[in-house]
Amino acid sequence: MSKIPETLRYSETHEWVEDLGDGRCRVGITDHAQELLGDLVYVEAPAAGKAIRGGEACGVLESVKAAADFYAPVDGTVTAHNEALGDHPQWINEDPYGRGWIMELETHADACSGLMDAAAYGKLTES
Amino acid sequence: MSDSIFDHDHHFPAADDPADIPAHLLRQTPLDLPNPAELEVLRHYTRLSQKNFSIDTQFYPLGSCTMKYNPRIAHAMAVLPGFARLHPDTPAPAMQGLLRVLWELQEWLAAVTGMAAVSLTPAAGAQGELAGVAMIRAYHAARGDQGRRKMLIPTAAHGTNPASARMAGFEVVEIPSLADGDLDMEALDRHLGADVAGIMLTNPSTLGVFERRIAEIAGHVHAAGGLLYYDGANLNAILGRVQPGRMGFDVMHLNLHKTFATPHGGGGPGAGAVAVQERLRPFLPLPTVTREAEGAWRWTSEADLPRSIGRLSAHGGNIGVLLRAHAYLRRLGRAGVGRVSVYAALNANYLLKELQRVGYQAAFPERRASHEFILGVSDLQQATGIRALDVAKRLLDFGIHAPTIYFPQLVPECLLIEPTETESKATLDRFVAVMARIRQEALEQPELLRAAPHHLPVGRLDEALAARRLDVAAVR
Amino acid sequence: MPYIPHDAAETAAMLAAVGIQRLDQLFDEIPAALQAADMALPEGLSEMALQRELEHRALDNAPLRCFAGAGAYAHHIPAIVWDIASRGEFYSAYTPYQPEASQGTLQVLYEYQSFITRLTGLEVSNASLYDGASGLAEACLMALRIQGGEPAILVPEHLLPSWRRVLDSMLGLQRIRLRSVPYDPDTGTLRLPGDAGGAAALIIPQINGFGVLEAVDALTDWAHAHGLLAIAVVNPLALALLKAPGEWGARGADMAVGEGQPLGIPLTGGGPYFGFLACRKAHVRQLPGRLVAKTVDGQGREGFCLTLQAREQHIRRGKATSNICTNQGLMVTAATIHMAALGGHGLRRTALTCHQRASRLRKHLAALPEVRLPYAGPFFHEFVLRLPRPASAVRDALLGHGILAGVPLADSGLGEAGDLLVCATELLEEADLRAYRDALAAVLETV
Repeated sequence: MSKIPETLRYSETHEWVEDLGDGRCRVGITDHAQELLGDLVYVEAPAAGKAIRGGEACGVLESVKAAADFYAPVDGTVTAHNEALGDHPQWINEDPYGRGWIMELETHADACSGLMDAAAYGKLTES
Repeated sequence: MSDSIFDHDHHFPAADDPADIPAHLLRQTPLDLPNPAELEVLRHYTRLSQKNFSIDTQFYPLGSCTMKYNPRIAHAMAVLPGFARLHPDTPAPAMQGLLRVLWELQEWLAAVTGMAAVSLTPAAGAQGELAGVAMIRAYHAARGDQGRRKMLIPTAAHGTNPASARMAGFEVVEIPSLADGDLDMEALDRHLGADVAGIMLTNPSTLGVFERRIAEIAGHVHAAGGLLYYDGANLNAILGRVQPGRMGFDVMHLNLHKTFATPHGGGGPGAGAVAVQERLRPFLPLPTVTREAEGAWRWTSEADLPRSIGRLSAHGGNIGVLLRAHAYLRRLGRAGVGRVSVYAALNANYLLKELQRVGYQAAFPERRASHEFILGVSDLQQATGIRALDVAKRLLDFGIHAPTIYFPQLVPECLLIEPTETESKATLDRFVAVMARIRQEALEQPELLRAAPHHLPVGRLDEALAARRLDVAAVR
Repeated sequence: MPYIPHDAAETAAMLAAVGIQRLDQLFDEIPAALQAADMALPEGLSEMALQRELEHRALDNAPLRCFAGAGAYAHHIPAIVWDIASRGEFYSAYTPYQPEASQGTLQVLYEYQSFITRLTGLEVSNASLYDGASGLAEACLMALRIQGGEPAILVPEHLLPSWRRVLDSMLGLQRIRLRSVPYDPDTGTLRLPGDAGGAAALIIPQINGFGVLEAVDALTDWAHAHGLLAIAVVNPLALALLKAPGEWGARGADMAVGEGQPLGIPLTGGGPYFGFLACRKAHVRQLPGRLVAKTVDGQGREGFCLTLQAREQHIRRGKATSNICTNQGLMVTAATIHMAALGGHGLRRTALTCHQRASRLRKHLAALPEVRLPYAGPFFHEFVLRLPRPASAVRDALLGHGILAGVPLADSGLGEAGDLLVCATELLEEADLRAYRDALAAVLETV
């Protein structure tokens, strides 16, 4: 059973979003998503300054046996990505909600309102 | 510690630089390749060869790959000095023997496929696919029918199909299959229209069963102005019995390294000849071989086929592979070609029944197998967590190459098994006995399978480490 | 039945197990209307008859002293090379998707990648493409993936015409513009354009289509100064003597691609050969084709496996870096054994001998009246001869002397009607060179 922290919001494409306040948020992929992908070997995240649109592919996650697009869960501008993943892509497997975060965004205040809460996302992963 | 060629290095004085080439164009650092003695080279690579499975040493029930016996006579003929020493720019009068062989192969492949014309140049199946879909594009363009940007491809298709369509500039639209393995006609009809260039199919499909409504599919696609592409990967199933040209296909490729017994060589070279109906002949890739009225053979050029999609390699393609396919076809003849699909199907259906008898579950139990079939081991996964991968790895311990696994992706925990016609009943029976034993092990000692293989030069490798560390060349 | 082992009793037992009586019932799901293959095929032959027939066909190809090159070269191949490469364990193995059962092929590929990176001075080599020309097309697509922007490539006008045609057909499918860069007719070398016009890469052939060596340092630096990638097109044997692409100019070329045939692959009328492609590690995820990496198993034993497969068609499908799947594995196996058998010293010696023989030949031929050398610059083992008659007519006439004199360039739209591209390798000894001179002198008097 994969972990789904109550404090985060979730997209249908298996990204999580943590509200950092002041219109800033942090984004990663869920425990469920990393289980499906298997051992990650490479992460291509958008560079700081890039404007992204919710629902559109903005990066690539590569595991031994799969490659998947990584989707922007909300509209925003990238302020940082997790550069440590370049040397440690396995952090996404080991700690998807912590050290395995992927990028930070600047977005508008109610950007997360369209996303799912933990209960709704839990239902999605079970179906 | 494995033996490395870099361990064998003897030092001799290096040859001097040539005086008449300016120093700034010459190597700045010495060429750091090893200098082994010939016997060291011989032993090193002979030992490496012994770490391989191969058809010559093992049974290879590898679905969709048609690992049949590669007759040695075909190899012996292809390396005759009269062929091996021919420079590609030899004028036609000095290479009549080769040109005649290639022309005959074109004719025979046209006869086998029920098509009007053949080009032998594509270097492998994927390049044949690229040539094929490029011809479809050229055909529509030549008619001024410019809006056909989409290529329809079944979800279960080989990955090369969408990759080739994209390389030819198409958008890919995936069409699902039904539970019985046939294509979803309703989904097909929904997508057909003035923006569809064609559909890429293999028949039998990648699900190991014959697409029964193929005539209907062809009718619908043609009525909508599209063309049908036949992926020849599964031609062994119908060779000598059903011609793709008669099923309504307009263009196809053949994998000579599957159906026509040329070797896989540890990953090539293959040959992916393309065959077309008359209306696509003007677009064939160059060069082809033509016979002049007086019985002399020559390469064709842009002057012969001004609307050709062009050239895919600098010369005439993988000719050494074509020579082997020619020898194979000539040896078999009409009767021998007809027997291929019969015994391929007999072996596959026998193996399916026997494997069901020892407890394995068929993905399409109500269907007749073609030359291959799919088993699913989800029941083992539920019982003890054993996956298709574990079964495949355990087979290696018994000296049997693993079947294709996790393809097609539609069937969970699947094994795609293709025995080919060249395997004997005794080999198949031994395979069944091994599979029965593995099934028992999976239920009683699953850890044995999870740790397999146990008896090979290496066990399961850390592929994540390989990708993260990316040690792809020995550094000094 | 050739290659089918079943006897009648076995067939009957198998049919019974399947639950049918006749073989044709195996096809009962196929509509009857489709099952009427009417094939115009000849009768089969015994192995003995087949051998007799093909030996005759092989003899119909005239044995010639080969002075033709243009991308395919006659070299000596040590007996050991194909003796090992033809072992069933290499010859009849599948693609190494099951690494535990393919350590032989995988280690060979790893050694091959290592050799190519050392020849080219770049960090990563894939495990082969179909041939040099299609490999160059793949390199151009790779450059466009790295660069983004306008889909255009700068192509020297004097790239081998057989390669240019492959670029035209493969890149044309994706509407990529090939902008020709002219050559200086006095030197036969590249003349740089004023601006790069927004292209993604410059192709730098070292050796060019006239056999002349280019000023690769300046060309590479020019490309980089204009924001272009530099794609080196090289002959792997020549790299035993010539500057490695990784050392060109201030930063080195970004990719090196070439025809692998000179490394132990028989001519066989044009194939199978193999293409090699090397690049910087930073660009490895845009590299097409297979790649082998060293790793360890669960017990810490060293082993090899395919890696970064997520770039490839069987996983990435429509978004793959290329559709390539089967490549030229056996050719690469032979090339690896060839490089090991010659060793670094042997490759260098062979390259030097080629250069010396070509230099001798060039002197012999230039001494003939009416024969000119249009390009004076340095060369490796190939050069253009400008004849006073159409080169194709001279070439045809020399066939009667048992000589394949070279490749007429004008046939494929490059240079002048009298231009013949001539090559000499280590196979041609002084007597062969003199025979060519004498035969050419005789032919020029009569043609």
